[in-house]
Amino acid sequence: MLLFLPNHLTYDVVFIVAALLAIGSALGVVLSGNPFHSSLSLILNLVALATLYLLLQSDFLAAAQVIVYAGAVMIMFLFVTAYLGGRADEPTVSRPPWQTAAALVAAVALASEIIFAVGRHSLGAGPLVPDSFGSPQNISVSFLGRYLLAFEATSIMLMIAAVGAVVLGSRRAAPREPGDRDPFERDEPARERSVQSQVMDIETHFEVHHTGVGADQEGDG
Amino acid sequence: MEVGVEYFIAVSAILFGIGLFGIFTRRSPLILLLSVEIMLNSCNLALIAFARHAGQTAGQTFALVVMAVAASEVVIGLGLAVAMARRRANLDVDTLRSLRN
Repeated sequence: MLLFLPNHLTYDVVFIVAALLAIGSALGVVLSGNPFHSSLSLILNLVALATLYLLLQSDFLAAAQVIVYAGAVMIMFLFVTAYLGGRADEPTVSRPPWQTAAALVAAVALASEIIFAVGRHSLGAGPLVPDSFGSPQNISVSFLGRYLLAFEATSIMLMIAAVGAVVLGSRRAAPREPGDRDPFERDEPARERSVQSQVMDIETHFEVHHTGVGADQEGDG
Repeated sequence: MEVGVEYFIAVSAILFGIGLFGIFTRRSPLILLLSVEIMLNSCNLALIAFARHAGQTAGQTFALVVMAVAASEVVIGLGLAVAMARRRANLDVDTLRSLRN
């Protein structure tokens, strides 16, 4: 790829493209009104981040990012978005404008603070590391050796999450006292019946006469 | 231009800010989860960049832990969203204040 460029320039070009893609798709996630489009933008964001991981010589994490995130987590997200349908859309009530402005100020302040703090030092590209820096062997030696406790805690957390998802997804409704109102219920005013339906009701209302004979005949049949 | 670790940290900070903006401004729980994903991934990028800077694998190891945390959080969050939708709830985080009942 990009064979006509010198080696370090290739690195720069790939970095710039991946960084712009990551930032643009993240903006797409936040600003898009449609949850489906947001999810698709996040997939693009994750793939761009995997490219950045590759530039940092973290091969295994880049692969895990694409497989676990873009492959598994986001597919689940898309399934749930499709299951919820229109209910997943953004509620149309508008926020007060000062809230958006305050969010913008907070986000810009935080990001620029970090950038100023880090940008004052030239960290450089780091020491030269062997090609096996981000290999599965290296990471597993560290994960299953020195950080074994973190590994076990992670596995327990994943199991708790799985059990919690099963409990949340079970069909049984929560026990409720009689007369309690569902706190999530929408307040809908009782519908008034239209004149047309009332007239239809009167017109199709026939008197039924019970003769007393029909009941016995039904039983015989 | 020499792309050093600080450029990756800058990208990570911008992504974190975007995620924060999303958390503050959006109301749909699904999009809030997506914004949290952006923030967690920006932290992952910072971890991996500093791991490269230090020349050690500890940062990458912890990035894996963060991925597992993100996956669990998505599972629980989506479960909650589906459970609320099943009760014909309005999926608006401003009106969903209590988890009980």
